[in-house]
Amino acid sequence: MNIKTFSIGGIHPEENKLTHEVETKVANLPKQAVFPLSQHIGAPAVPVVQKGDKVKVGTMIADAGGFVSAPIYSSVSGTVLKIDTAIDATGYRKPAIIINVEGDEWEETIDRSDKLETVKDHPELTPEEIINRVKTAGITGMGGAGFPTFIKLTPPPTAKAECVIINAVECEPYITADYRLMMEKADEILVGLELLMMAAKVTTGYIGIETNKPKAIDLLTKKCAETFSASKYHVEVVPLKQRYPQGGEKQLVDAVINRQVPAPPAIPVNVGAIVQNVGTAYAVYEAVMKRKPLFERYTTVTGKRLQSPGNFLVRMGTPMQDLIEACGGMPEGDNKLLAGGPMMGKALTSTEVPICKGTNSVTIISDDEARRKEPQPCIRCAKCVGVCPMGLEPYLLAKVSEVKNWERAEREDIVSCIECGSCQFTCPAHRPLLDNIRQGKSTVMGIIRARAAKK
Amino acid sequence: MNFMLIAVIVLGAIGLVAALVLFAASKKFAVDEDPRIAQVNEVLPGANCGGCGFAGCGGMADALVKGADAGSIEGLNCPVGGADVMSKVADLLGMAIANGEPKVAVVRCNGTCEHRPKVAEYAGLRTCAAMHACGAGETACGFGCLGCGDCMEACQFDAIRINPETGIAEVDEEKCVACGACVKACPRNIIELRKKGPKGRRVYVSCVNKDKGAVSMKACKVSCIGCSKCERECPFGAITVGNNCSYIDPEKCRLCRKCEKVCPTHAIVAVNFPIKKEEAAV
Repeated sequence: MNIKTFSIGGIHPEENKLTHEVETKVANLPKQAVFPLSQHIGAPAVPVVQKGDKVKVGTMIADAGGFVSAPIYSSVSGTVLKIDTAIDATGYRKPAIIINVEGDEWEETIDRSDKLETVKDHPELTPEEIINRVKTAGITGMGGAGFPTFIKLTPPPTAKAECVIINAVECEPYITADYRLMMEKADEILVGLELLMMAAKVTTGYIGIETNKPKAIDLLTKKCAETFSASKYHVEVVPLKQRYPQGGEKQLVDAVINRQVPAPPAIPVNVGAIVQNVGTAYAVYEAVMKRKPLFERYTTVTGKRLQSPGNFLVRMGTPMQDLIEACGGMPEGDNKLLAGGPMMGKALTSTEVPICKGTNSVTIISDDEARRKEPQPCIRCAKCVGVCPMGLEPYLLAKVSEVKNWERAEREDIVSCIECGSCQFTCPAHRPLLDNIRQGKSTVMGIIRARAAKK
Repeated sequence: MNFMLIAVIVLGAIGLVAALVLFAASKKFAVDEDPRIAQVNEVLPGANCGGCGFAGCGGMADALVKGADAGSIEGLNCPVGGADVMSKVADLLGMAIANGEPKVAVVRCNGTCEHRPKVAEYAGLRTCAAMHACGAGETACGFGCLGCGDCMEACQFDAIRINPETGIAEVDEEKCVACGACVKACPRNIIELRKKGPKGRRVYVSCVNKDKGAVSMKACKVSCIGCSKCERECPFGAITVGNNCSYIDPEKCRLCRKCEKVCPTHAIVAVNFPIKKEEAAV
């Protein structure tokens, strides 16, 4: 059989999935939990607690600050120490709620049993009700970008959803959180998918998984047959050839249903697809069926030099330091600390950064592996052009950004760049292509926004 | 013979007609340009640096004449020409002299390598904009100078440089024309155009860190901690503290240097003052 993948570009970095078969451990409660108010794309959340307030696990501590925003719930019980600034994954100090942990008392509304709730048992669920519950639970995309999920489920009137695609690709090296989730919570994920399909009013669903996870493909294919064979839903597990950045929305839509999402501002739903991360599907199950808001997630803590890398079910707000300790502590010498994997991850300067809604991994790479090589002149080999999954010309975009020719950058479609870093990865001259392109992209997007505001 | 005569007459006639048409057209479609614009343009330095905020000296001349017609040229200033040029312009337009006070770019960061220890190493593209987008940079201060020299790139007058010993941008007062290019280039808004002051004497807060005192102190020994001591000390009400950071209003400051003495972190800097006797003795 011809295994599917996306049509242009892509690379295959060394996988380094060190923690594939390491079972998920429940991480210890932190002594102090930090909740940054900006954990999602959009307006920061607005605190609804004050210094000295008692909170339980699952108490709302900050409400959505606008339409594109999401509320934040406490993952611990205890007392609000202060609302102050704390260093987050951006590297800057940003407003955050800091809670001192006392005991582990949960809100009574949350169903803590392990019983699998199915849609059949809950006839009261309508699409509107599901979307409402997803919205109030503060669910945002769990793959990293953190776009509020309820907005994705209510497409603009100009577009019509035809299918839901579950993103279980996990093409990023090192990370195994989604894989462990699939192996351990397959039934829940499928109920989550059913809820997503109900909410989006579609009957077709796909689960895209790369072929380096054969056990997950087998398990989910079997479960899908059991769950959906007698229902109106058509759900298919799609094995995909290993290729980075297959987990990018546009690449996944291309790989699974062979449709190409046009340049921004078009989004996948413009070609009929709603893409949700597998972690999001699980969070939707918990929010809708167990009334459990989003305050916990699966996170991989990994690195070749870590004593015992692992997967954790971790309460949000836990400092990365705690998880690194649980894996045997920070390896000696200089290390590069990343929130996320080595390709898309964000380099951090502090281990105090808390786990947030989008933190799928804490990756530690040793200095000698992480260090960049001295850039050499571009030899116009066009390798970057060959691997660009968006069909752009990275060498050109980098150059025009470097010389600040923003008109040209816009003409060359710099805003289509998904910042996957394939170009920089493949460049034999070690040129900082993505650094330059990212700079150009943010400037050009600023110019476009300013122009739109004028009109 | 006849041929020549015909040619002369015909050409002469064509020339006459064309001249008449051109004359009529130039009268009918004449663009009425104020002659003063050209005169003002003559006085301006002609560097077309854009420091005044207009696209070159022509734009500035246009704006000045329009301003004069409206009754005021307040707020328009040629930073390159300074007071000299502005007074000439004011004479020409018959206006009172507008803010001709010379200004200079001031880098408000004193976090040298010894004051502000490195906590990380940055390996990406060496521009301030890229480093700023990545996070706080190599030190724990998310507000201070990044030292990659975006300001240096932007300066047309070779007046700002990164001092390799301190890792911080330094302004050459002699060369700086206060065009403001560095102010725009700095992603952290550290650089400010301040009044040059008599004999170049200035007192300013050399820090823009808005973190709380304890946090900023940890990142940098000479950061402003927003303690308000200077605010209380100032006899002229020139100092305001907001967002955990102090600011000295150059218009109100009388250069008494009292604030400099009370600042516990030496974030307030006084430059170009003569060395006092007691200080010299130490």
